[in-house]
Amino acid sequence: MRLQLVKPGTNINFLSARKIAFVFSALLLAGSIAVTAVVGLNFGIDFRGGILLEIQTEGPADISTLRDDLNGLGLGEVSLQEFGAPNDVLIRIQRQEGEEAEQMAAIEIVRGVLGDGVEYRRTEFVGPTVGAELIEAGATAVILAMAAILVYIWFRFEWQFGVCAVAALLHDIISTIGLFALIQHEFNLATVAALLTIAGYSINDTVVVFDRVRENLRRYRKAGMIEILNRSLNETLSRTIMTSVTTLLALLALYFFGGEIIRDFAFAMMWGIVIGTYSSIFIAVPLLLQVNLRRPDEKKVEESAEAKFANRGS
Amino acid sequence: MLHFPRWKKILVVAICALGILYAFPNAIDRSTVDEWAVTMPSWLPVQQLNLGLDLRGGSHLLLRVEYEQIVADRLEAIVGGLRTELRRADVGYTGLGVVGSAATLTVRDDADESRVTTLIEELDPNVNVDVGDDGAVTITFDEVELTQIRDNAIVQSIEIVRRRIDELGTTEPIIQRQGLDRILVQVPGIDDSSALISLLGQTARLSFHLLDETVTVSGPNDPVPAGSRVYPDNDVDANGNPIAYYAVERRPIVSGESLTDARPSFQDGAPIVSFRFDSVGARRFGETTGNNVGRRLAILLDEEIISAPVIRARIAESGIIEGGFTVETANELAILLRAGALPAELTVLEERTVGPGLGQDSIDAGMSAALIGLALVIFFMIAVYGWFGLAAVVALLINLALIMAALSLLQATLTLPGIAGIVLTVGMAVDANVLIFERIREEIRNGRTPMSAIDAGYSRAFTTIIDSNLTTLIAAILLFAMGAGPVRGFAVTLSIGILASMFTAIMVTRLMIVTWLMRARPKTLTV
Repeated sequence: MRLQLVKPGTNINFLSARKIAFVFSALLLAGSIAVTAVVGLNFGIDFRGGILLEIQTEGPADISTLRDDLNGLGLGEVSLQEFGAPNDVLIRIQRQEGEEAEQMAAIEIVRGVLGDGVEYRRTEFVGPTVGAELIEAGATAVILAMAAILVYIWFRFEWQFGVCAVAALLHDIISTIGLFALIQHEFNLATVAALLTIAGYSINDTVVVFDRVRENLRRYRKAGMIEILNRSLNETLSRTIMTSVTTLLALLALYFFGGEIIRDFAFAMMWGIVIGTYSSIFIAVPLLLQVNLRRPDEKKVEESAEAKFANRGS
Repeated sequence: MLHFPRWKKILVVAICALGILYAFPNAIDRSTVDEWAVTMPSWLPVQQLNLGLDLRGGSHLLLRVEYEQIVADRLEAIVGGLRTELRRADVGYTGLGVVGSAATLTVRDDADESRVTTLIEELDPNVNVDVGDDGAVTITFDEVELTQIRDNAIVQSIEIVRRRIDELGTTEPIIQRQGLDRILVQVPGIDDSSALISLLGQTARLSFHLLDETVTVSGPNDPVPAGSRVYPDNDVDANGNPIAYYAVERRPIVSGESLTDARPSFQDGAPIVSFRFDSVGARRFGETTGNNVGRRLAILLDEEIISAPVIRARIAESGIIEGGFTVETANELAILLRAGALPAELTVLEERTVGPGLGQDSIDAGMSAALIGLALVIFFMIAVYGWFGLAAVVALLINLALIMAALSLLQATLTLPGIAGIVLTVGMAVDANVLIFERIREEIRNGRTPMSAIDAGYSRAFTTIIDSNLTTLIAAILLFAMGAGPVRGFAVTLSIGILASMFTAIMVTRLMIVTWLMRARPKTLTV
């Protein structure tokens, strides 16, 4: 007996929920922007500059003593966190006043306090110059990716499809950023990588449904727009669920077994898969109703009318 | 879509076989593979993929060459020369000095302007001289000269950095120029980055001078004769202030370039550094020390006095430096002196060091995540699509082999984010097959025969697969172009994964299913 996630002949009226979905998404976006603006993102050292040390102690680490020791050094904000195991500690030191040399001096001071009894698993230092450059490169990558995707879809479909796909994409990216601001997970280079992958996944999902919409527009010329969109969503629903599930399975493995360092990445991606699937169904496709999509036959009629007009004019 | 010409079959099988062949060395430990490289026929692949520093452990440093210093030094030299020349030519001026990347002065009498310009151009023909309305003269280097100064500084710095790192005895360090004024250094297998940074953080400009004993100084700003300068002792007291200041003759007897060798050693149980001069250096040093027995010498390293011994006898070919060293600092100084001085200071802009323990842990965690993810996806695909699911799983395994093979062939670097990319690919790679299988199911429900359902399934899903994968590929390529370090590794595996999954879904499963279809000729079909 085969496992069937979606029964054949399923016919859910997704479009009927579009008003609720639009309101929900509008609230989600407003909330995301508000939280990001008010609370702000918890930028990691990649962007903010600063120092990160991961150490492993012999026995379970005495974090409160370590915290007292390190906070007494006058290096500003030093945060400590158990990292995956009781004897594994992540130490973050804020960017020091001054230039790169002052940052390197701070690392030496901290290493002096921690001594040779601990294993230095990771030392990361990002100076103010590089941090600023990484912010710029990350933002450029996200914006360029969206522009390139818009152009590609415009080229392959009508421009209306491109606008709806990119609107859904923006929705996914903004809400992911909002989530990171809300739960104060560290926002770093890996998060930008996750954002771009979410963009890729979300657009992939949207394009599959759009492809079917385009096909059905040609096939059922008499049917109403809502009927065609619903039909397209239901016909691709099984695939949408299957791909989401296999991708989520892989990400769950990454989240639970992939180690501490990529856990945040896996988390962002899982959220992205869920929101990307939601936005394809409830945002991208219903938006097609709002953009005055021209049916293939209408277009032909209009073109011939234009041609007639042109003939008359000459 | 069902017709497979013979050449195409052979091509698909050949690509899969080559993929497995090239991926194979990665399944075996490195030493065995290295052995094979010698014993096996040379056409067999023996390349493993490169592990990034975050997986094998090591230090990644981004350094900036502070070449502006060299510009400032050149300008200072011009200013020094100009001061003498102007005095000799009896030209009145004010405010002669270096400001930022220019030297400036104001000529009192407008009539002297052209003479001053000529004097400057005689001192250094490569400068631009601008004369303003009120006799203000600005001396700068033009763009071409600045570029040349910068490029020379970088090439020299890379050479010196390479020599210093080679002294550490590590394998395969990567040292390359990045951008205009940066050097990227990647040293695998180092777990103590502070030793590396201290080695690269010093300019190591050494020079020997005579101490000016006509004055005694006690602070950095005490007045000294024109030919001398005050330098601090490199020893500091409890408050971090130098324990002493000395007046030192500006003109060096010899500088570090004259050294041919430097070694750490011991004298009376204390660590010292012994050195040898080349013939020119030995003659000059011998002459000066011979004529100045009883006076004191100053040994300057990077603008600080490391030692100021009394000259007891003539010293020529070789000598020693006692500077209150420990074994480590003596060894480090010897390395620095052997490798030579950097033309300018290096600033660390970024550092990422991973210890070997964490690297191995990351590999293990990545491997288990990949295997568990793979197992879950395999189980799920077979549960949903049965035999067709199995075909997709075989394609997925071939897909992984192709990714490994491509990474090994391109000698791309596998990083931890790269492993995440592979695990994600495992989840997403089946998408193309899911699209096809769902389409086939639909066509069967619409009453088509197995043959035509499969045909229609492939041809109709084809454009969707191309569209959806190309858009993801766009995101991945931008990630590669714009991303830094570790993120690029992720983009590489993701891009290769997308291309490989398109190939396996469109060609490999189709070949398997078509071959089965032609043999079995089923009347009904369950997907």
